[in-house]
Amino acid sequence: MLSYVLRRIGVSILILIAASFIMYILVAWARDPLSDLYASNSPNRDALIAQRIDWLDLNQPVVVRWFNWLIGAAQCVVPFGGCNLGVNIQNQPVAILLGRAMGATLQLVTASTIFAIVLGILVGIVSALRQYSAVDYTFTFASFFFYSLPSFVMGVLLKVFVALGFNDWLQDPVFSWASIIIFSLVSGLLWQAIIGGPRNRRLIVAVASIVTTGAMLYYMSVTDWFRDPALGPVIAPLLIAAFGAAMVLMTAGPRARFAWRTAGATAIVLIVSYFVLQPLLPAMNGWGIVLLVLLAIGVGVLAGWLLGEHDKGQAMRIGGLTGLLGMGVIILDQFMQRWNDYLTNPRVGGRPIATVGSQTPNLQGDFWIQGIDTFTHLLLPTISLMLISFAGYTRYARGGMLETLNQDYIRTARAKGLPERTVVGRHAFRNSLIPITTIVAADVGGLIGGAIITERIFAFSGMGSLFISGLNAGDPNPVMAYFVVVAVFAITFNFLADLSYSVLDPRVRSK
Amino acid sequence: MTTPIDPAQEPSGAPHAQGPTVLAGDEKGLSQGRLIFRRFVSNKIAVISVFIFLIVIGFAASASGVFGIPGWWKHDYTTLYPPVDGGRPTLTLWPFSLGDHPFGQNNVGKDYFAMTMRGIVNSSYVMFIIGLTGAFIGVVVGAIAGYYRGWVDAVLMRITDIVIVIPVIVIGAVVGTAVGGLGPVALALFLGFVVWTGIARLVRAEFLSLREREFVEAARVAGASDLRIIFKHILPNAVGVIIVSTTLLIAAAIILETALSFLGFGIRSPEVSLGLLISANESAFQTRPWLFWWPAAFIVLLSLLVNFVGDGLRDAFDPRQKRVIFRRVKDLPADAAIVDSQGVVTDVPVGPLTTAGGDTTGEGLSGEERRNP
Repeated sequence: MLSYVLRRIGVSILILIAASFIMYILVAWARDPLSDLYASNSPNRDALIAQRIDWLDLNQPVVVRWFNWLIGAAQCVVPFGGCNLGVNIQNQPVAILLGRAMGATLQLVTASTIFAIVLGILVGIVSALRQYSAVDYTFTFASFFFYSLPSFVMGVLLKVFVALGFNDWLQDPVFSWASIIIFSLVSGLLWQAIIGGPRNRRLIVAVASIVTTGAMLYYMSVTDWFRDPALGPVIAPLLIAAFGAAMVLMTAGPRARFAWRTAGATAIVLIVSYFVLQPLLPAMNGWGIVLLVLLAIGVGVLAGWLLGEHDKGQAMRIGGLTGLLGMGVIILDQFMQRWNDYLTNPRVGGRPIATVGSQTPNLQGDFWIQGIDTFTHLLLPTISLMLISFAGYTRYARGGMLETLNQDYIRTARAKGLPERTVVGRHAFRNSLIPITTIVAADVGGLIGGAIITERIFAFSGMGSLFISGLNAGDPNPVMAYFVVVAVFAITFNFLADLSYSVLDPRVRSK
Repeated sequence: MTTPIDPAQEPSGAPHAQGPTVLAGDEKGLSQGRLIFRRFVSNKIAVISVFIFLIVIGFAASASGVFGIPGWWKHDYTTLYPPVDGGRPTLTLWPFSLGDHPFGQNNVGKDYFAMTMRGIVNSSYVMFIIGLTGAFIGVVVGAIAGYYRGWVDAVLMRITDIVIVIPVIVIGAVVGTAVGGLGPVALALFLGFVVWTGIARLVRAEFLSLREREFVEAARVAGASDLRIIFKHILPNAVGVIIVSTTLLIAAAIILETALSFLGFGIRSPEVSLGLLISANESAFQTRPWLFWWPAAFIVLLSLLVNFVGDGLRDAFDPRQKRVIFRRVKDLPADAAIVDSQGVVTDVPVGPLTTAGGDTTGEGLSGEERRNP
């Protein structure tokens, strides 16, 4: 095992060096970094050219420049070795630019990747369980469609329809009766198809979801909810309790008393803390929130450990998830209470969903206002990125699930009378994880590379724009810095995926 | 993300890796090719997609002209015309008439129908050349590496790894910057040198397992040369993987080309491509929405069609995912037979993770695992 790991690392380093050489030569060949100066007619042109040649060592042959760059970059691996990734054509150190770009990119892509993985796998599983049903065909077609939609088309459509449309609608946020009826019918159709079962059950599900959706939309419409939203002291506790119940029903089933006790205890603690925290929350900052979330998870896990009886692991999972989701409700409620302050802020002017950039310039406000501002700026790029990678996950999860559902051990599990929830969750899903791992690892590894096109459409200055602007100017060092980070992440995650196979499936041995 | 999914990560369509399939009564006794063709034709979406795809490409090619043959459309994609009615589209569906500028005119007065048709032709040129070049290089590299193994394999696969490390869109952008000015065909050829890695890994994995089969040994005993064994004996058995991954590569290539052109690293003005048209008119959405809609609609249409065809081909070559759900075995026709991976008719299927000898196969694992099983 150890020799396998060492061999892989050694080979990876050699591959990285060779690829960096090819990349450096290609960039040098693609564009001349002096071309903008040759075209300029400023009086001190020659001095500027000489200066840039000096900054970038352009008098040296390209191989020598690559070698110098490699030595500088290699120092980044040595602790306290002084990281030197060179300078860009404005003589700014690339290492600093890179740090800034990585921060912005992680902010952009983290949420979309998490949502895409969770939603994609869920939809894939539902699709596989309802194979050849209307819902399967709908999801399959939707995933094909999003898979075929180039990100720049998606970005422009989102900007025009979602951002402008929503902002216009927000001036008078009322649903017409026609749209309430259409939304309710669609949700009824969708839920009955997903939940399935005999005709009676489908009918009940459909009617229930039509009535709930209709009532919700009507309530939101008459109370001007989209301008001044809140969950309030009735809905928030109910929502926390509902999350607890959902966790129990999904993982342990309705007859597991210990699970009900765990989720109930966690939910009660959270509901009490909802009321206790109300006066304290507005003064909180980011670290306070992180602490609260960790505390909530801790309470849930503790409840699971104390009340878990024979299945402590599952109870702790249920408790932890209930704590996380419940604290999410509390924080969401606080954000909603501040939404109207944000909306009426003169810098925002009642048009909240932004189409460019990562923040509103000169916006004054506390943690909550800034949080909403980040949310409104990241919403569209996140949706765009999510829909694109969502398609791939859905197809993989569906394929993997179908493959495992046809195995003998699934038939055995059903034959010995296990509930369908256990068969799907424990026996089928866990075994379908291997093919999903490959694509998740590849995507998470590629995450730091950012989304070159999405970043350009939404004028977001992250890794993608570092690369694009560097390449356009023929500026080798930013492009190489981008490449090194992306390649190191890709190799590392590919390696982790290979190692994780032997954890997920003990029949596979890494050697 | 924006990078197209690497075909290497797609589930392999290796025939040997098939689990049990269910043959209905009328499928017994047909050849493999016949079965595959039947399965493909029975997939209506895929067949319709093939036809629509051919119609769209044929229409665009005949309108704008290809290979030096002039097209039937009267306007040229580079000439400026005086704007008519603010450049609005003159296409009317009922009564059907094309009018003078069916897709409208862009902001300087060029005929947008001619530009869009030319864009479709250029984009499909590029996608086929990228796909076929990539597939050719991938097949050659994969076949040699998988057949000869040893140091040849090690060297070729390390080279593949070097190319794989660089994200396709990154190396594509760099290559596009360098050669984008040379025209669409040169650009496509160079991009083909970038995208072959996925197919190379798949073909290599396929060759590694096929070269151990008895029919290869028989051919070698009969005195066949290496080239003959590779091309006459092994390659036809790997054709499923190759066709499926080439189709998926073509689907990825159209997105790659349009994305590069959108970023300004691909095809350059005055040549047009669908991505370039969108990039040029992205900001005109509020004033002249048709300048965005026509190229966008054709990109999505072409890419969707190729993806449907690719998926249909995969199902035809590798019907694993269409296998019967055993809960429903009792609903099968009485004369149906379940055939396992060795071609033996059974009623107890063999799981795909174990071979007949009880060893684990590389199915579902990465290339690295297949290399060191």
